[in-house]
Amino acid sequence: MSEKVLMKGNEAIAEAAIIAGCRHYFGYPITPQTEIAAYMAKRMPKVGGTFLQAESEIAAINMVYGVSSTGKRVMTSSSSPGISLKQEGISYLAGADLPALIVNAQRGGPGLGGIQPSQSDYFQATKGGGHGDYHLIVLAPYSVQEMAELTIKGFDLADKYRMPTMILCDGTTGQMMEPVTFDFAVKQPPEKPWAVTGTKMEREHNIINSLYLQADKLEEKNFERYERYKLVEENEVMYQEYMADDADIIIAATGIASRIALSSVEKAREKGIKAGLIRPITLWPFPKAAFAKAAEHCRQIIAVELNMGQMIEDIKLATEFKVPVSLYNRTGGVLPDVYEILGVIENAAKGGKR
Amino acid sequence: MITRQLLISGFGGQGLLFMGKALAYKWLMEGYNVSWLPSYGPEMRGGTANCGVVVSENHLIGSPLVANPNVLICMNLPSLDKYEDKVVPGGMIFVDSTMIERKVKRTDVDVYYIPASKMASDNNMIVLANMIMMGKVLQVFGETDEEAIKNGLSKCIPPKKAEMFDVNMRAIQLGLGYEAK
Repeated sequence: MSEKVLMKGNEAIAEAAIIAGCRHYFGYPITPQTEIAAYMAKRMPKVGGTFLQAESEIAAINMVYGVSSTGKRVMTSSSSPGISLKQEGISYLAGADLPALIVNAQRGGPGLGGIQPSQSDYFQATKGGGHGDYHLIVLAPYSVQEMAELTIKGFDLADKYRMPTMILCDGTTGQMMEPVTFDFAVKQPPEKPWAVTGTKMEREHNIINSLYLQADKLEEKNFERYERYKLVEENEVMYQEYMADDADIIIAATGIASRIALSSVEKAREKGIKAGLIRPITLWPFPKAAFAKAAEHCRQIIAVELNMGQMIEDIKLATEFKVPVSLYNRTGGVLPDVYEILGVIENAAKGGKR
Repeated sequence: MITRQLLISGFGGQGLLFMGKALAYKWLMEGYNVSWLPSYGPEMRGGTANCGVVVSENHLIGSPLVANPNVLICMNLPSLDKYEDKVVPGGMIFVDSTMIERKVKRTDVDVYYIPASKMASDNNMIVLANMIMMGKVLQVFGETDEEAIKNGLSKCIPPKKAEMFDVNMRAIQLGLGYEAK
């Protein structure tokens, strides 16, 4: 499929997962990500895979645990309330060092909230939504093409570091159609000597488990895991800068918010305002260095978020309070428009003292 | 081509999303970048369903949300009431004059009236007022090359429904040939 086709973001994730060699999908329907399940239901039987609509989100994530234990690529997807239900299973995946791909097409919360797009699960995704010390690799696509690319990348990273990866998108990027090509050089998944595949009486048993009753053993496991997390932080940070080099005012935004902000930044430049954009692609590991560098030359950073202000905390930590960091936010499923954010930039340009 | 921001709005079931997709595919096949964003969920209740299509020569389209269209296509009155004031000055408004009896109040935009729904029922293609509208839109845009239109349309009609292709194309041709009397 090298031709450019128009596809919804949700469908692009599903097709890319199949290209990445994922042959097991477990899910439970919820708006606004149901197209992923629908696509998998249609495609999986044709490629010899398994599509299974589980009896609940909790069942689905535990099926993911089971398949991942055997070394196979596996995924699940849901939206905010459903992802909350999966948190126990996600903590167990992290505790057992199992790779998996989890998609969260965020909707407004808390509680059942609404079904319109949101980014209010940033904390949950990046700070560990379940119990215990752990991280997920969190990828935030902003176009349909990137939804496909980051799905494949997500499987690779999950396998490489033996940890779950989350695609953190939203209702809008899931529902919109854009041109996408699937010209990927897909790497073979690495060998997984830890997988439980039957010993054939030829090797020791592999054990997949997250239970360590001896405190020193559990501590050792946690230290070892955080050594791996350090490697992820050193090697896997991704972000994109847009006219940020000489910018006085830098917008920080991800996902659909960054698409809207991109247009606002362009319009601000047309008016002679030195505005720029930094778009984190990995939310964990967070692109700390990019923001630290920006803090050396810009006058102000404005986090544009579809929540009550979550990523702004990571920006403040990364910039060590060297520049003012303010928030412009909409929530509950409301999206700002281009001129709204432009107004925020113009205000900052008028008043902003360092 | 300048960046076009289309908002296509009407009742659910009038084929607005399909019209958006057919236009988006036409432009995609011509090498432009496009985005297509439907309204979904509760905003679809209460009279308007819509989709926004952005077409541009740029490598990446910024906001795919169309808050201020330069082309508004209305197929029911609530849509015109809701979006008329959002159109940028100098923009275009297309009105299905069978469905919408009132005139557009704005004087700083170009307005095109076409009785698309009546033309559809007169020609025994009652569900294809959307394609007649699309034909008129393309006529005004000066994009009347039927091969290009067919290229896009063929991507939107699955092979299983190939018999629908000709009647859709006929509806588009009605729009392409329509001139207000």
